[in-house]
Amino acid sequence: MHELSAVLAIAHRDFVKLIRDRPRIIADLAFPLIFIAILGTSLQAGFGGSGGFNLLTFVFTGVLAQTIWQSSALGVISLIADREQDYSQEMFVSPVSRYSIIAGKILGESLVALPQAIAIIVLGLALGVPLSLPFLLSLIPVAFVIAIFGGAFGVIVLSNLRSQQAANQIFPFVMLPQFFLAGVFNPIGNLPWYLDIVSHISPMRYAIDLLRDVYYGALPEAVPVALYSAPVNLAVIGAMFVLFMGVGTTLFVRSERNR
Amino acid sequence: MIQVVDLVKRYRKASRNAVDGISFEAGPGEFFALLGPNGAGKTTTISILTTTLLPSSGKATIAGYDLVSQASAVRRLVGIIFQRPSLDQNLTGEENVRLHAILYGINRYAPSFRLMEPAYRRRVEELAELLGIGKEVFDPVRTYSGGMRRKLEIVRSLMHEPKVLFLDEPTAGLDPPSRRTLWSYLDDVRRRQSTTIFLTTHYIEEAEQADKVCFIDGGKVVASGTPAELKAALVDEYIVVDADNRAALEAELTRLGLNHTGGGPFKVPLDASRTHQALRSIETPLTVVRTHAPTLEDAYLEIVEKPDAELGDA
Repeated sequence: MHELSAVLAIAHRDFVKLIRDRPRIIADLAFPLIFIAILGTSLQAGFGGSGGFNLLTFVFTGVLAQTIWQSSALGVISLIADREQDYSQEMFVSPVSRYSIIAGKILGESLVALPQAIAIIVLGLALGVPLSLPFLLSLIPVAFVIAIFGGAFGVIVLSNLRSQQAANQIFPFVMLPQFFLAGVFNPIGNLPWYLDIVSHISPMRYAIDLLRDVYYGALPEAVPVALYSAPVNLAVIGAMFVLFMGVGTTLFVRSERNR
Repeated sequence: MIQVVDLVKRYRKASRNAVDGISFEAGPGEFFALLGPNGAGKTTTISILTTTLLPSSGKATIAGYDLVSQASAVRRLVGIIFQRPSLDQNLTGEENVRLHAILYGINRYAPSFRLMEPAYRRRVEELAELLGIGKEVFDPVRTYSGGMRRKLEIVRSLMHEPKVLFLDEPTAGLDPPSRRTLWSYLDDVRRRQSTTIFLTTHYIEEAEQADKVCFIDGGKVVASGTPAELKAALVDEYIVVDADNRAALEAELTRLGLNHTGGGPFKVPLDASRTHQALRSIETPLTVVRTHAPTLEDAYLEIVEKPDAELGDA
């Protein structure tokens, strides 16, 4: 009971912080806005229809999944900044299990990712991306799965880092390639074999594909766009989640005290 | 209450031990001060004692619980005031306190202050009164003064009634009035709840009131004892005397068998118990009488400024 309370309290704190931090909200929304409104629209205007599907919609679905996934991943990684500065000193000396701290952080950062998803959907509506009610409803659990999965990825990255500086340095190598390997903006159905291998390792790929499964559903465009069926994606996500959480929390808990 | 035996910590990839085989003890309700220059190993020691760092070897227990194998039990029993502020600036004073109460299992989680248990809400009212603030307890910590933040941290760290309170340079950056109020509050807590206080500080005068002081340097204990013992062992007590007729005074000092140095004023090593008698026996009219009563700071400087002290880790 105590541990559950602690998980909720830690998550609550993350959410409250988001609401109070206006510059961060704006910064969080700037990138999706640029990607979808500018990149998506111009891609569609330039190459629209050449692949048999709408590129604005393609970029929209990609960025939606990527934003949710990345937001919670980065949020969890921020535990390291916390550790160096203010608050988590207090969290780490408290009698709460380290696993609860991580669980609370993932939950909190997932809650933080969801308002961003809503903002992106509003943006999509404004740009004329067709969004059906069944999609929006099924997006609720899907977005949550993606957010939790992103958080688990954050844990495995976090467990291998020593400082915020290291996190900032490693970020371009961990996140940026995934943008392209996971197919946020670009179709990845016909990659050369060596990129294809790396692409299959990229966790973000499955998050994005899962969301596209749900979006395209039975539409004819689903064939060129979605790579795997939803159950396959969920299975891969589940396996990666278990791996990241198992290895990540173990390493994190150990490295925490063993400096 | 705190027992440390041969504690050693070497950080990964470090060439020397940050803490190099220190041992000490502090009893219940005792005020224990750990002093030493920067890099002496104070923060490392406190990190180990508060279970955020594993020692390389040695043994340490708090209230009989082992710091390594029973870390979680230890965490319940200790409170910590960190060197760097550990309040969440974006949260209100009350939200910081609430988080602490939940993390320490004092209260159950509820999504807002109004929904928290009545016992908790009463507690917050008491706290606000103690801090001399009213509704400000619901303002973001960002808006508080430095002294107020420190006080809030201390009040927060005492919520779970810890048996040991660790204070890692708690008054750094505070003005003298804030330091004074803070200490009188801590003294009060120690007396009422017989909390053991473990202090590291740069302000040596804060350690004058300690029951036990331990000087460390280069990761080793270089001296320990009560402030009085340390002063006696490390610093000379002496009186300084002078007279218009220096020749007569010097002859008299020699006749009385009092060692002295200098050609006037004369420095006469004496401990406090013999000063009165010595002064009475001097008949030459004195123009200067000064007693040198050592402070803990003198003792500290004596250690820190030893020529053989390690340099180079600055």
